Amino acid sequence: MSSESLSLHGRARRRPADAAEPVSSLLRQRRRQAWLLVLPALLVLAAIAGWPLLRTIWFSLTNAQLADLTQSQFVGLDNYIGENGVMRDPAWWSAVANTLEFSVVSVTLETLLGLGVAILLNTPSRVRSLLRAAVLVPWAIPTIVSAKMWSWMLNDQYGVINVILQQLGLIDHPLAFIADPDLAFPTIILVDVWKTTPFMALLMLAALQMVPSDCYEAARIDGVPRWRVFRHITLPLILPGVLVAMVFRALDALRVFDLIYVMTSNSRLTKSMSIYVREQLVDFQQVGFGSASAIVLFLLISMFTLGYMVFSRRRMQGV
Amino acid sequence: MSTIQLSGVQKGFGATSVLSGVDLTIEQGEFCVFIGPSGCGKSTLLRIIAGLEDPSDGDIRIGGVRVNDLEPAKRDVAMVFQSYALYPHMTVKQNLEFGLKHQKLPAAEIDKRVAAAAESLHLTPLLDRKPGALSGGQRQRVAIGRAIVRKPKVFLFDEPLSNLDAALRVKTRVEIAKLHRELNSTSMIYVTHDQVEAMTLADKIVLLRPLAGQEHLVSIAQVGSPLELYHHPANRFVAGFIGSPSMNFIAGKVAALGDGGVVTDVAEHKLNVAVVPGALKAGDAVTLGIRPEHIELGSGSLSGEVVHVEHLGEHAYVYLNTALSNQPLVVKSARHDIELGSRLRFSLPTTSLHLFDRDDVALPRLVGKGRMAAQLMELSAGK
Ligand SMILES: Nc1ncnc2c1ncn2[C@@H]1O[C@H](COP(=O)(O)OP(=O)(O)OP(=O)(O)O)[C@@H](O)[C@H]1O
Ligand SMILES: [Mg+2]
Repeated sequence: MSSESLSLHGRARRRPADAAEPVSSLLRQRRRQAWLLVLPALLVLAAIAGWPLLRTIWFSLTNAQLADLTQSQFVGLDNYIGENGVMRDPAWWSAVANTLEFSVVSVTLETLLGLGVAILLNTPSRVRSLLRAAVLVPWAIPTIVSAKMWSWMLNDQYGVINVILQQLGLIDHPLAFIADPDLAFPTIILVDVWKTTPFMALLMLAALQMVPSDCYEAARIDGVPRWRVFRHITLPLILPGVLVAMVFRALDALRVFDLIYVMTSNSRLTKSMSIYVREQLVDFQQVGFGSASAIVLFLLISMFTLGYMVFSRRRMQGV
Repeated sequence: MSTIQLSGVQKGFGATSVLSGVDLTIEQGEFCVFIGPSGCGKSTLLRIIAGLEDPSDGDIRIGGVRVNDLEPAKRDVAMVFQSYALYPHMTVKQNLEFGLKHQKLPAAEIDKRVAAAAESLHLTPLLDRKPGALSGGQRQRVAIGRAIVRKPKVFLFDEPLSNLDAALRVKTRVEIAKLHRELNSTSMIYVTHDQVEAMTLADKIVLLRPLAGQEHLVSIAQVGSPLELYHHPANRFVAGFIGSPSMNFIAGKVAALGDGGVVTDVAEHKLNVAVVPGALKAGDAVTLGIRPEHIELGSGSLSGEVVHVEHLGEHAYVYLNTALSNQPLVVKSARHDIELGSRLRFSLPTTSLHLFDRDDVALPRLVGKGRMAAQLMELSAGK
């Protein structure tokens, strides 16, 4: 819409003065139509996202308690930068560090593995469509279910994984994958990778299939080695798609909650930002303080998103 | 050295077969054009030679070596795709270089080849652009350039001009002919469905056609030089395909056989055709053929009514309703004063007529050696 109205605008300006009048009224009419069309979406967004956000911002500036939201006083930025503010809480910063580490490691692993799976799925074979459906199963299972399933399988007393590893002779005593502070974090990341790689693989498969096949044929006739074809043709052409997939995943990972909550609900070592916020709001009944940390989480994710938007816009203009 | 030989090449996709037993030899340095109706398997044949498609049966030899199991890269061919197949994210220069970079060539040599190709194809000012910012004609030249820098033994072109406008098409056609002259030991195989391209470029034309009754199965209708196909079409399909507007066909019967050819009986008229009668017998059903440019208007024993005239400037095509057939005869004429509805006299010169038997196979023409006898016959028949 915007590019169309831009070009209309340009044309209108180039027109001689006598022709300018009808075009500009047409332009105005188009603008109005555009606004009318997005208005319902804007209203819904304002109701379901804007209003709660505003209320959360308001709460974050008060000392509200969950028990009685009406009895609250305005405390300014105390919840943020006051003596007991979220920015001064080491537990918050450890949650931030955990979340960032989780996001970076899991998104990286999922991207690499997803690309590998996508390439496998993209090579012609008879079972390809079956594989394509099968690979989606982990993604289709609700996180709560798969998290519970994995915690049972990984249990140090009755978990099947410990049994298998022991029988294979890889370990001599059962490992407490979830309870052991050194193992809990890698375990959570592995389960997340198991769950989300299919999603990444499918997004990348879509990108792979957009690469025109005649480019590959041209390279084949010219005798370009496979890895060079991948590096110089496939990768550059799927990169925009891969980036979008990574951003989607990163946004998701920064808000990670359910997996960690189910597997290691209150371990400080694996606490993410979302877990921290919920703990403040629900367990400690600190609506004001919890809202403040939720807003900080919101700002972090918005900064990430804005950064991506600026970056991708610059890329678009570069092309 | 780099003769290409196809023997008994067949190709099917799943259950449907496309090519049936193609036998063909393309000499080194030859410009060979594959032509035929759309969907008849020209691209498939080209891709089989390139190695992008495996034949279901038959052998492909390049320079005497069987290459059926050889990777495309090892066949030393370069291909210009119908869709150009440029790498969209690379500049023109990178596109030209990409096929060379992995070969162990010195950088100076690569630069030299790219610069030379860019120069000869007028691409030098465009070297830093991406394909998206080029016109169709410019993209097409990049695709040709990418083939040239490889210095292959064989060039394969798949309808390279089909996306260009008429003027650019003529210009690029001339450039391709020039390129072939410059690289005179390089063979070129060129697919097109434009017969002007075929006639003007080819040393050898390979005309493909669907087999009768089996629309999908294709075989070679005729192989020969452009003039051979024009003057001595092997069958009615070739005769009708080559030449525009296409040859006029008239159904007739054999009346008598003579030394100078065959006397045919067409709608009460006796027409002589200068061909070797072969196994023809009196009474056989035959088809006569004559090209619009060979019918002589103005005099003669035949006449027809003008039902339509197409003026092309330099000449005109006149459509005549005659007693010979229920299709109007198309006649090429230099006159521009022909009026609709008027009656014109014309003759069908004995030596310009083609004759096809009931299986649509052409009878060998006596043009040249039989001309004298044929003219005598025409004189005697005119009496
Ligand atoms: N991959 C394929 N699978 C099945 N059939 C195919 C395949 N490729 C081509 N064909 C069939 O083979 C026949 C020949 O196709 P081809 O592309 O060689 O035709 P063409 O002569 O190049 O036509 P055009 O002039 O339109 O480019 C067509 O009938 C087509 O439908
Ligand atoms: Mg084709």
